[in-house]
Formats: sequence, C-alpha cells, structure tokens
Amino acid sequence: MLEFALEVRRGSFHLQVDCHFASEWTVIFGPSGAGKSTLLRYLAGLDLPDRGNIALDGHALTDSARRIHLKPGHRKTALVAQQPALFPHMSVAANVGYGLAGLNRGRRAERIEEMLTLVDAANLEHRHPHDLSGGEAQRVALARALAPLPRLLLLDEPFSALDGAASDALLARLQAWLRGRNVQTILVTHDATDAYASGAEVALMREGRVVAIGPPEIALSAERQRIIERLGRGIERN
Amino acid sequence: MDWQALALTLRLATITTAILLVLSIPLSALLVLGRSRWLAVLEALATLPLVLPPTVLGFFLLVLLGPRTAIGRGVTALLGHPLAFSFSGLVVGSVIYSLPFAVQPLVAGFAAVEPALVDAARLLGANPFRIVFTLFVPLARRSLLAAAVLSFLHTVGEFGVVLMLGGDIPGATRTLSILLYNQVENFDYASANRTASILLTLSVVALAAIYSGNRKRRGSHA
Repeated sequence: MLEFALEVRRGSFHLQVDCHFASEWTVIFGPSGAGKSTLLRYLAGLDLPDRGNIALDGHALTDSARRIHLKPGHRKTALVAQQPALFPHMSVAANVGYGLAGLNRGRRAERIEEMLTLVDAANLEHRHPHDLSGGEAQRVALARALAPLPRLLLLDEPFSALDGAASDALLARLQAWLRGRNVQTILVTHDATDAYASGAEVALMREGRVVAIGPPEIALSAERQRIIERLGRGIERN
Repeated sequence: MDWQALALTLRLATITTAILLVLSIPLSALLVLGRSRWLAVLEALATLPLVLPPTVLGFFLLVLLGPRTAIGRGVTALLGHPLAFSFSGLVVGSVIYSLPFAVQPLVAGFAAVEPALVDAARLLGANPFRIVFTLFVPLARRSLLAAAVLSFLHTVGEFGVVLMLGGDIPGATRTLSILLYNQVENFDYASANRTASILLTLSVVALAAIYSGNRKRRGSHA
C-alpha cells in the first residue's frame, strides 16, 4: 500500500495531496497541468517536497519531519515517462542491464532477456536507441525500469507512441506479470478511456489536488457525462 | 633551437593537462549536478583565473608558496625545497591558471546531457560517480577533448605566471614563452621568429584538429 501526504509550492503551482492507494493498479487522471507528472516525480524521489511523507508498505521513503529521504535508486520504485530517455550511446541490452549492476553476468543476461521478452522486444537486444521507433523505445524503457524488480511502478503515459491494439496487448501482458510479482502500479493519464479500460481505482487530480478517488464510474462520473454529451452533440451534427 | 625549453614546455603542458582533467571532471560534474547555493562561489573561483591578470595570480602564488606563509613552509618541509622557482611550482601555477580552460568546456558539455537521462540513471540506482563515467564522459567526449586541448595550449603559451613564479632557470622553469621573451630582449629576432613559429604552429594544428572534428560531427547530423 502506498500512503503519501505532500505539500509543494513552486511559483504559482501548489501541490497538496494526502491519500493512500491500496489497489494494485491505480490510475491518476486529470487535465494537463493538474500536477500528475509532478506528483510521480516526488513519489519516485527525484524531487524533495517542502513538507510531507511517503510510505510504501509501511516503510518510510520520504518523511520531512524525520529528515528521511531515500535516494531514487533505493526506493524499489521505477518510473517510466512518456519520453523514453534511453541512454543513446548504449545498446538496448546495456540500457536494460543498467540497473542490474549488483547481478553477475549470467543472471544479468537472463534478466535482460526476460524483460525484453515481456515487452515483446527480444529482437531489439543489439540495436541502439537511434535505430528504434517511438513505440520500440517506449517498450525498451519499460523493460529497463522493470529489470531491477521494483515494488512500485509509476507509469507516466508510457504507451503514447503505441497504437491502440499494441498498447492493449502490452498492458494485458504487463498487468499479469506485475500481479505475479506483487508490484503496485500507478498509471498517469489524461485519457479517460485508459482509466475505464483498466478497471482500476481512479484518482482524479485538479490543480495540484486529488479531488476524487474510487472506482472509475464514481471518480469519473462528471468526466463520463462530459464525454457522453460531447459524443451526443457530434451525433446530432451528423 | 632550444630543445631543452621545448621539452620542458611540452612536459609542463602534458602534466598540467593530465592533472586538470583529473580535477576538472569531478569539479564540473559537481557544478552541474549539485544544488547548493555555495556552488556559485565555487564556480566563480574556478573562473577567476580567466579574468585575473596572470602576473597578479603569479604574485599571490609566489607569496603563498614562499617562506612567509604556513602553507609555503609546510610545502618546503614536505618536499625539501620551496615550490617557487621550481618545475613543481610551475605545475601548481599552471594548473590554477588553466583551470577555467578545462572546467568551462566540461561544464557546458555535461550540462548539455539531457536531465531525463540523469533522472533515469538515478532511478536505476546510479551514484554520481557512475553517472559521470557512464553518461557525462561518453556523451560529452568532444567537450573532454576541447578541455584537454585548450588546457594544453593555454599552458604552452603562459607567460606571466611562469615568470612570476618560476623565473628563468634553464632546464627547470625556462619555457618557450620565456625563451621568446629573452630572445626579443637580446634582439635575436631570427631565433625569436623560430620560437614564435613553433608556438603558433602548435596552437593552429591543435585548434584545427578540434574544429575539424566539430565540423565532421555537424556534417553527419545535417
């Protein structure tokens, strides 16, 4: 279970959240600028909040009152952003193996193969990032993030370069793997269909705050109504 | 031709460049990755030799390394001789004098590495040392080459610091630029012309090598 209460002020932006995600798969939905990606950066430990705490399964990752802040690589947390950020001078295999410095050569090779197979990119092992399409790069970035076997996976619109069918297939395979490994996942999206498709708990964010949380039909009821009305207007026009 | 002065100059420039690279890579990485407000002071100090007249720097070093200060006395006790008016003293002076020529290109090169790559490495457990040697150094290798060449050439051509700190001792502190000064003072323009030509050729060849590399890279991206 992920529990967090954070407060951050950066210029005119104010992030203030206090909630816990118990579901194994949570979708954070909200418009651009709501603070979704910013929240993920704090959860991943890349930035330090002004005040607050983050705990995963009862273990403190950040606690400003107790001056605790585990470094990003020591939180068992992975973050995959929309921009794959693959290391351009390394092969795909070296990218995926970057976070496996503690494993011996044999186990590292096994893990790289397992991860690339999971994301359906085993044939890309010897390629370099500049030879990959946007979708392939996103698959490799996902494999790289999963390779150290995190406990918490943060996904920031990571499948934007994949077409609908490829994205759905990858998501289904990924969800099964994550369930088997007991990895809690948080997916950020501004697409309501993603939130409905996953059938997960949904947190609705607006202007730096979580304003609703629950199953999609409750948390996104207003959004659902907006989409239906918009579709209705489109049908009437035609 | 004074081969002794040429050899001494090349030895001084090579040792200085090697020391500067060892010092400047972590220093530049700290300036790029660090978040402390005190780093602005450190960056200013690392840039200071760029704007300070070399004679001023040479004078302060001469005083600092002399017998009037605790540092100077300590170094003398440690080495068995004062650093001033010795080859070792020239190395210390050259490292300080050429520091900005190594740090500036490296800071620019390291800062040009996408922050998203650094974040990805941090998330995968890389410590600053690993980030520097697996990301910064390979991705900023042109900056590394520029830092090495500029440091080398700047040391080859230095005059004020060498004169103040080292004087003019053949085989110990007489570099090509000091030799050139002596030759002109003695109205030996033929020898001065040869010495100046060597300094000019060294600079042109090294800079042309850097810029041809940059042009090739720009061409391959076009």
